[in-house]
Amino acid sequence: MKFVYEWSAILAIVLASTTGDVLLSRAMKQVGDVGARYHQAGLWQVIVQILRTPSFLLGVLAMTVAFYSLLFGLSWGDVSLIAPASASLTFVANAIAAKFFLHERVDHRRWTAALMVAAGVFLLAG
Amino acid sequence: MTFRKYLVLAGVTLCAAVGDSLLSRGMKDVGNISLRHPSDLILAITNPFVAIGIVFLLGFFASYMTALSWADLTYVLPATSLGYVLLALIAKYLLHEDVTPLRWVGILLISGGVGFVTQGPELTHHAPHKECGEKTVSTRVAP
Repeated sequence: MKFVYEWSAILAIVLASTTGDVLLSRAMKQVGDVGARYHQAGLWQVIVQILRTPSFLLGVLAMTVAFYSLLFGLSWGDVSLIAPASASLTFVANAIAAKFFLHERVDHRRWTAALMVAAGVFLLAG
Repeated sequence: MTFRKYLVLAGVTLCAAVGDSLLSRGMKDVGNISLRHPSDLILAITNPFVAIGIVFLLGFFASYMTALSWADLTYVLPATSLGYVLLALIAKYLLHEDVTPLRWVGILLISGGVGFVTQGPELTHHAPHKECGEKTVSTRVAP
């Protein structure tokens, strides 16, 4: 039963985290370079603009789900499985999601980097 | 990439590493959380380590948002993964924990991945939208 709980938590973390990352990335591309916007309109205007972007609010919601899934997962299962598995799978899931939903140019360099980091994180945190 | 942008990426890396460490330490104090008592999750925030960890994670969030405003997700995530290496080095040199050969391989893989991705462009330049059958003109300069 512990196995099911652990992998349910990992799946929930990966899905929610990837959804959150994609939505937040989309929101920030809509807002534009924060540094440039800050010099043009000031900090308050930048914050208001970010908060009024629907993708940002949905992204925060998804990240909140990921955060609480991690807390549940850490309280139920072994951190030596949940932390590396969810972190490394999130790197791979993000590369796939960014290619299809954000239309990022995920070339060989980025695929290699994502897979190397995912494998490295698994070895390091395992 | 400007120096300011490298500073933002360093902020993402450091805040995530410190925040995660504090959160992990705090949750050890809090103990198991049952689905029958979800209010325990709210009470977990009253633990000082969890609370300070959340402050660092807010710092991570602000710098992460800033980085995503001028760089691709598939650039920012690997580029800021050196935090895992940082945690392992803290464990070895400050906490005097044993770092196994497998973990050194992990450190090499992450460092290699970071080096790989930061050599490339940080942002995908999308071609302008097609209008009324006009041909799309890409602004990307061929390498």
